[in-house]
Amino acid sequence: MKDHATLAAGFIQDEKRTNWHDETLWFVRQKRDKAAHTLPEWEQLREWASQIKNHALSRMDFYLEQFEKNALANGVKVHWAADAAEHNRIIHAIIKEKGITRIVKSKSMLTEECHLNHYLEEKGIEVVDTDLGERIVQFRKEPPSHIVLPAIHLKKKDVSDTFHTFLHTEKGNNDPVYLTRAARQHLREKFIASELAITGVNFAIAETGGLVVCTNEGNADMGTHAAAVHIACMGFEKLIPKAEHLSVFLRLLARSATGQPVTTYSSHFHKPTPGQELHVVIVDNGRSAILGKPDFRNSLKCIRCAACFNTCPVYRRSGGFSYHTAVAGPIGSILNPNFDPKKYADLLFASSLCGSCSNVCPVKIDIHDQLWKWRQELSKAGHVGFMKKIMMKGMAFVLGRPALYRFSGATARWVLRYMPFLGKHRLNPWYKGRELPEAPKQSFRDWYLQNKKK
Amino acid sequence: MTSRDTILNAIRSNKPQELSLPVIDKEAAITYPDLYAQFKNVLEAIGGECFEAGSEAAALELIAGWEKGETVIQTLNSVPAGLPGRKAEELAEVDTAILRGLLAVAENGAIWVTEKEMGNRLLPFIAQQLIIVVNEEAIVPTLHQAYEKIKVDETGFGVFIAGPSKTADIEQSLVIGAHGPCGMKAVVIRKH
Repeated sequence: MKDHATLAAGFIQDEKRTNWHDETLWFVRQKRDKAAHTLPEWEQLREWASQIKNHALSRMDFYLEQFEKNALANGVKVHWAADAAEHNRIIHAIIKEKGITRIVKSKSMLTEECHLNHYLEEKGIEVVDTDLGERIVQFRKEPPSHIVLPAIHLKKKDVSDTFHTFLHTEKGNNDPVYLTRAARQHLREKFIASELAITGVNFAIAETGGLVVCTNEGNADMGTHAAAVHIACMGFEKLIPKAEHLSVFLRLLARSATGQPVTTYSSHFHKPTPGQELHVVIVDNGRSAILGKPDFRNSLKCIRCAACFNTCPVYRRSGGFSYHTAVAGPIGSILNPNFDPKKYADLLFASSLCGSCSNVCPVKIDIHDQLWKWRQELSKAGHVGFMKKIMMKGMAFVLGRPALYRFSGATARWVLRYMPFLGKHRLNPWYKGRELPEAPKQSFRDWYLQNKKK
Repeated sequence: MTSRDTILNAIRSNKPQELSLPVIDKEAAITYPDLYAQFKNVLEAIGGECFEAGSEAAALELIAGWEKGETVIQTLNSVPAGLPGRKAEELAEVDTAILRGLLAVAENGAIWVTEKEMGNRLLPFIAQQLIIVVNEEAIVPTLHQAYEKIKVDETGFGVFIAGPSKTADIEQSLVIGAHGPCGMKAVVIRKH
């Protein structure tokens, strides 16, 4: 398994593309700022959102039972899945029981987390992803590289080539309108023929037993209203107490994600239409364990807006695939170690701890604090790289001994001045991608001792 | 033990001490001097179009003058017979859908429509063009007032629609008309 740094090194090979990725996501971040600044109450909204989520997590058992009762009364079938495997089995059982073969799916990070498509594929069942970005990466047999902008790692030409292969569009026609129309035509056929629509859930309302799904493209609605069966998949943390709380979250979500005042469609599902079935699968998959960790539980407040991705200087310059997981970016770096600490320990170092992620988070998750706390946990557990550990130990040894520290500083300055080649070589990992500083003649300490009497 | 009980038990033993729910003070939210102007500005900025008419009759007249294609379904005053049961393949050819919105939101250009006004849940999404008629008195400043006025579970399905469907999934180039309508017009009835 390659780690984040190795994968990122691959990503930055193409400098022009890396710069484009960086600048484009920064532009999305700026749009977020502009949208946030139109509302004087923005910070108040973040605070409310954070408090509502904290409250909901603290009474999650109560709200889940309330939701279940109300959803059942609405004619919704409620399923519970302790883990990813059970989630996949439940969906497969529904498909099998009805002999369904034509399935469309709108964006759901949970089904990515559970690797549902792959699971169903192995059983010979094809799922068509209908979000444009997700359809593009599905054709290419790639995972999404961003939770809101799944194909952000691709350029027009890549999409054009992909569509030429799979949809027989004109070779070399890179016009986004032309390409989008081709996908629209292709997916309309899929929607109209579909028997089952799978969606994620943005918010579930305990008080009414309802589900809210937000899209710009209208793909969730095209799928769910065309198909006879709708299965909505949600992690239990999507639950909020009341419908009025939606106002707080919907005001924050799209503004934080893309800078839009709201998504084009905010669809509220309560009852299946006559002749239709509506299922909801409530998934734990490690979430209840996170709830038991005081330092990390508030990561469950996440509403998957990806503002932390767009602002992150490391994400912007390393791309989603470097995180080798369904949910990348800063939030992914604090969620994934819960699932597999060893496999995802590297993600905790895909950060400069600058704190920008925490500052843009609409539900005030202390992302950068958690990154730092996870580093402590995982190095205690022995999951942090050997080199990193040795270097930290070495640093601690030197920094704890003033005389040794002064001697090391003087040596380093001398080497940098007279024998810089000793540091400037590819065996020095720090030198990779960085220039060594010009060494000053004296240390600050020497300068201070010399000048304090003047 | 069922997964349901396993999950609920795990949550019960792991959840933190109860934290209180905040009071959402709607007075703290932004207000706009001219709700109609704000609504129109935002809707146009997100790719929709906004028109005004002095009365219901004037709105119908305005709409009558627009190019709407061959197949038009209008549910403003009554739902056409057979519409609720129509399947996707029977709705695929709809050029224009015209329906009534119950409420509009100035801050984001969204209009609340329920399945009662749609006649068929698929209609506002599958139509190539969407026209929604809404009263000026039904415009509220923000979503806070909107959720105060609507009852989300009054029908089985309701949706806030803000402009035409769109995507920017190809190199962040905005394209209007993803899977839903390629155009969306709001007609606001202003009676003074």
